Amino acid sequence: MGRIFLIIIHHQYEDDMTIFWIFVGLVVLAVFWAVAQYNRLIALRNQVENGWKQIDIQLKRRHDLIPNLVNTVKGYMEFEQDTLEKVIKARNAAVSATGVADSAEKENVLTGALSRLFALSENYPNLKANENVRQLQEELSSTENKVGFARQFYNDLATRFNIIQQQFPGNIIAGLFRFTQAELFEIKEAAERSVPTVDLSLKK
Amino acid sequence: MTGLPRNLYEQQRINRRTTVLVMILFTLLVALLGYGFDLIILDSVIPVGTVAAVGLGIGTSFWSLSGGTRAVLVSSGAQPIIAGNPAHQQLRNVTEEMAIASGLPVPQLHVIPDPDPNAFATGQDPGHSHIAVTQGLLERLNREELQGVIAHEMAHIRNYDIRLMTVVAALIGAVLLISELGARSLYLGGARRRSSKEGASPLLLVGWIVGLILAPFVSRILAMAVSRQREYLADASAAELTRNPGALASALEKIDAAVEPTRSIKKGSAHLCIADPLARPINAREGLFANLLATHPPVLKRIALLKAMAYQ
Repeated sequence: MGRIFLIIIHHQYEDDMTIFWIFVGLVVLAVFWAVAQYNRLIALRNQVENGWKQIDIQLKRRHDLIPNLVNTVKGYMEFEQDTLEKVIKARNAAVSATGVADSAEKENVLTGALSRLFALSENYPNLKANENVRQLQEELSSTENKVGFARQFYNDLATRFNIIQQQFPGNIIAGLFRFTQAELFEIKEAAERSVPTVDLSLKK
Repeated sequence: MTGLPRNLYEQQRINRRTTVLVMILFTLLVALLGYGFDLIILDSVIPVGTVAAVGLGIGTSFWSLSGGTRAVLVSSGAQPIIAGNPAHQQLRNVTEEMAIASGLPVPQLHVIPDPDPNAFATGQDPGHSHIAVTQGLLERLNREELQGVIAHEMAHIRNYDIRLMTVVAALIGAVLLISELGARSLYLGGARRRSSKEGASPLLLVGWIVGLILAPFVSRILAMAVSRQREYLADASAAELTRNPGALASALEKIDAAVEPTRSIKKGSAHLCIADPLARPINAREGLFANLLATHPPVLKRIALLKAMAYQ
C-alpha cells in the first residue's frame, strides 16, 4: 500500500511508470492471496482426511467388540439365534465395506441389528444382571456414540471444505489445482438423522 | 462484555484479552496496597512496599496461569478417576465422545467426593485441561445427561473460558491472603505509631483501610461480571456438540433440584462450576444488581432456552 501511495505523489512526473507499478502491486497482491487460499485448502483437506481416519478408528473398535459381545450373550439368548446371526453378518459386511457411501450404508445396517439385539436383551433379566455384559454394553454404546460424533465432526469439516471450493473466488484456486469435493457421510434413516446418539445401555 | 459473542473465535479473543486485563488489574490493586503500606506504616523515602508489591503482583499473576489449575483442583479435593470403576469408566467414555465431537484432546478427569451434583473445568488451554465432577453428579445423572454436562465443560475448554476463570480463581485466593496480611500489619503498625509523636494522616489511613476491605469485593465483582454470559454460550455449544439439548436441560433440572450447597468447592472457585455451588438466591434473578453480583445466570432461564432449542 505504501508503494502505491508514493506512486500517486509522483503521478504527474512519471505517468507510465505509475501504471507499471500499480500493475506490479496488484500482481503481488493476487499472488499472496492465491498462496493464502491454496494453503487454507491444503490445511482443510488434511483435516478432512484426519477426520475420516478418526471414524475408521472407531469403526474398527466397534467391529472388534461385537464378536466379544455375541459370545458373551449367546448362552443367555439361545432363542434369539436369528438376531445374533444377523448381527454377525452385518458386522462382517461392514468390515469389508469400501468407500464412504458403502461403509455408511453397511454401518447403518449394523446399527439396526445391534439396536434390535439390545431391545430383545431387555427380556432376559439374567443377562441384564451380568456385570460383564453391562460393561460390554457401555463400551459398545460409547463406541456407537464415538462413531456418530466422529461422523458429525467429519461432515462439518467436509462441508466447510466443499463450500470454500464452490464459492467465488475460492473456486478459481480449487479448479486450478484440481481439488475434489469431500464425500459426506450421509445417514439414510430419518430416525437416526434426528438423534445421532444411540444409547444402548440398559435402563436404570 | 454484554450480549452474546458472535462466534467461537471472537469468544476466544475476548477471553485471552480479559485474562491479561484481569492480571494487570490485579497487579495494580496489589501495588496500591503496597503503596498504602509505604505511606502509612514504613513512612520512608524509598518505596519498599510498592516495589515489593508490584513484584509480588506480577509474580502471582504469572503463577496463576500455570499453577492456578493445581490450586483449584487441590482446594476442591478432586481425585483422579480410578481405572476399573464402572461409573468412572462411563465418565471417561462420555468425555472421549465429546472430545471427538469437538475435535479437542481428551482432558484429564477427576472426581470430587461430594454428594451434591456439580462439575467444573479448569486448565490453561485445550491441551492442558481438566474436568472435575462430583460423586453426586455421577450418581444422579443418566448417561445422556452426563454427556450434556461434559459437553458444556468441553465448550468452556474450547472457548478458553478455563484460562480466564482459573486465573481469576487463583487471584481471588491471593487477594484474600494479601488483604488478611495487610490487616494484620496495619494493626501492628498502628500500635507502633501510637507511641511516636506524629500520627499518620487519618484521611489516608481511612482510605487504605477501606481499600483493604474493598479489595476482596472488587476482585469478586470482577470474577462474577465475566462469568454469566459464558454459561449461556457454553450451553448453546453443548447443544451443538451433542445435538441433544434436552439432556442438558434435564441435567440442569436435577442439579438445581439438589438444594444442598457443594461444600467441597470453595467460594473462590464458585464461578467455575456448572451451577452455583453455594446455592445463593441471587443467582435465580436477573437485573442490574443480579448481573453485577451473581456468578451464574438463572437456571430456569437456561433450562427454558435449552428446551426451546430441542423443539426446533
